[in-house]
Amino acid sequence: MTDATMTTQSSKAEEAPHEIVISVREVTVGFGPKIVLNELSLDIYRGEVLGFVGGSGTGKSVLTRAILNLVPKRGGTITVLGQDLDGLERENRRALERRWGVLFQHGALFSGLTVRQNIQVPMREYLNLSQELMDELAMLKLDLVGLARDAAEKFPSELSGGMVKRAALARALSLDPEILFLDEPTSGLDPIGASDFDELIATLQKTLGLTVFMVTHDLDSLYSICDRIAALADGKVVAAGTIEDMLASPHPWVRSYFHGKRSRAALTGAKHGS
Amino acid sequence: MTAELAGASMQVEPEVSSDRSGDAVKLRLAGRWTISANAALEVAAAEIEEQAARFGSAIIDLASVEAIDTAGAWIIDRARMRLEKAGVKVEVRWADARQQTLLKEAQWRSFEERGPRAKPEGLIDLLADLGKSISTATRDFVAGVAFLGEVMASFARVVSRPASLRPTSITFHIEQFAFRAVPIILLINFLVGCIVAQQGLFQLSRFGAATFVVDLIGVLVLRELAVLLTCIMIAGRSGSAITAEIGSMKMREEIDAMRVMGLDPVDVLILPRIIALIISLPLLTFLADLAAIFGGLLVSWGYGGISPEIFMARLQSAVLINTFLVGIIKAPFMALVIGMIAAMEGLKTQGSAESLGRQVTSSVVKAIFMVIVLDGLFAMFFAAIDY
Repeated sequence: MTDATMTTQSSKAEEAPHEIVISVREVTVGFGPKIVLNELSLDIYRGEVLGFVGGSGTGKSVLTRAILNLVPKRGGTITVLGQDLDGLERENRRALERRWGVLFQHGALFSGLTVRQNIQVPMREYLNLSQELMDELAMLKLDLVGLARDAAEKFPSELSGGMVKRAALARALSLDPEILFLDEPTSGLDPIGASDFDELIATLQKTLGLTVFMVTHDLDSLYSICDRIAALADGKVVAAGTIEDMLASPHPWVRSYFHGKRSRAALTGAKHGS
Repeated sequence: MTAELAGASMQVEPEVSSDRSGDAVKLRLAGRWTISANAALEVAAAEIEEQAARFGSAIIDLASVEAIDTAGAWIIDRARMRLEKAGVKVEVRWADARQQTLLKEAQWRSFEERGPRAKPEGLIDLLADLGKSISTATRDFVAGVAFLGEVMASFARVVSRPASLRPTSITFHIEQFAFRAVPIILLINFLVGCIVAQQGLFQLSRFGAATFVVDLIGVLVLRELAVLLTCIMIAGRSGSAITAEIGSMKMREEIDAMRVMGLDPVDVLILPRIIALIISLPLLTFLADLAAIFGGLLVSWGYGGISPEIFMARLQSAVLINTFLVGIIKAPFMALVIGMIAAMEGLKTQGSAESLGRQVTSSVVKAIFMVIVLDGLFAMFFAAIDY
């Protein structure tokens, strides 16, 4: 896992100055009287893996969903790949949506379709490829995410939790997106499965040149694959930067998160690994 | 990187141009070899194969390729492999670091080992399906009998230990199944009463026997229609609800949680619902009788000129108490069938929401079917005992 980290970090260093892929400016999201995100601003650079952390119920997933236009925002602007999401017409919006892939927390695979068909859904919807090529590409994606080939004809209900995540990742990668959103990718996986999945994301990020926005709780993921981390508290990004920046942050929540027992264990693990 | 960003909006199609020198050919690829090139990608790949096919060796030059992704890399490598199979020596050159990684990652490989999909075979498949349906129906029947036994055993336990009866649950479900269904049951039976009266009047008046419409309404509604319509309504309304509730509890392992706590789901979930249904259905059938007769009375009065006094007098002579009882007696049995089918289908639910939907549908269909079959059996039974 650390091998991949080193390479990503070094490749990241070469790419300065950073191109901003997603720019979130003063976004406010609320449900009824409750304000979840309060004038939040955040930049995501090309080619980085950004880990987004925050306590339960602080609105980590809400930000992802606001960027993906799944929840309405009350104010602010979100710019993705240079395009303001609010000003986009339907056609342009669909074109933009082809350039990102999303891995939902529980996979969100279509239960009525096999894994192969799931991966082919975006291809069928947007493209006009021969069935042969779509089959081959679906199998290629399965290989990329490390799923056995016999999983192709299985239905999501026949897969284990880790396999569902991998299949969903294969679907997210179906159209070779530039940006990948991951909502708690390692939740519900055992530590070995989780670290394998981290490694997979790092490898894919490197080979496919992805920009990864990852909502996570998993300290190991933060230490092992994230280039940068943003911490959410009280509806704002209270700290953003590398692990060192996080450890140095004076904010009480960030301190308790990164100086807790589990965090120290993860840090030691990461150091031993490298 | 910025060029790539701008390029996405104005699409540059993948292109192939060739330079030949003797027995060798140099294929220069240009444009964007990405999946968003769509069908052009396949066309371009076919062109690579076509242009190089007649030569002994080929060089694929990637230097002027603007962008490439896994789909592009795959299709280039597939073309390379196919050419090599045809005896052309192929070399891929001037790929930058990123392209090389992609080509390596998306290297051609055979997916044949996936195993062939079963081919459809018309008649055989039809017969196989038929056989499967018959064996499923048989198994359903056996499972139904077994489940009836379980419910009865649970009922016996409750009777022997009345303290384990769950009055709160039963009352709650009576409210859900009976009380809340009253308006719709009244309305639908009222309408059917009206329709039967109108048709009866219309047809019977041709024989000058318009007043017999009262006998028609009385007997038909009390013996058959009211109870049947009520049961169909309840199968759709409450049967589906029971299946959905139990099914979603099964899906989320709540049933298993109950079992490990030593609670029997039949005692806790199913018996109260079935008891509630058995109490509710006769009550609803009684209301349905009243609503349908009231509808018939109104139409007979307005459309056939039969005054309510005459209607009531004829009704009393036309129907006996047993006409009414035939309908009411059937109701609890129908309730048992609806409740059991609903619970069984709920328990059959697998992990997915789709399976829940399937079970709810099959619960309603089976319940309505069985209610009608049961009604037919009752008709034979009552005819045989001359009741």
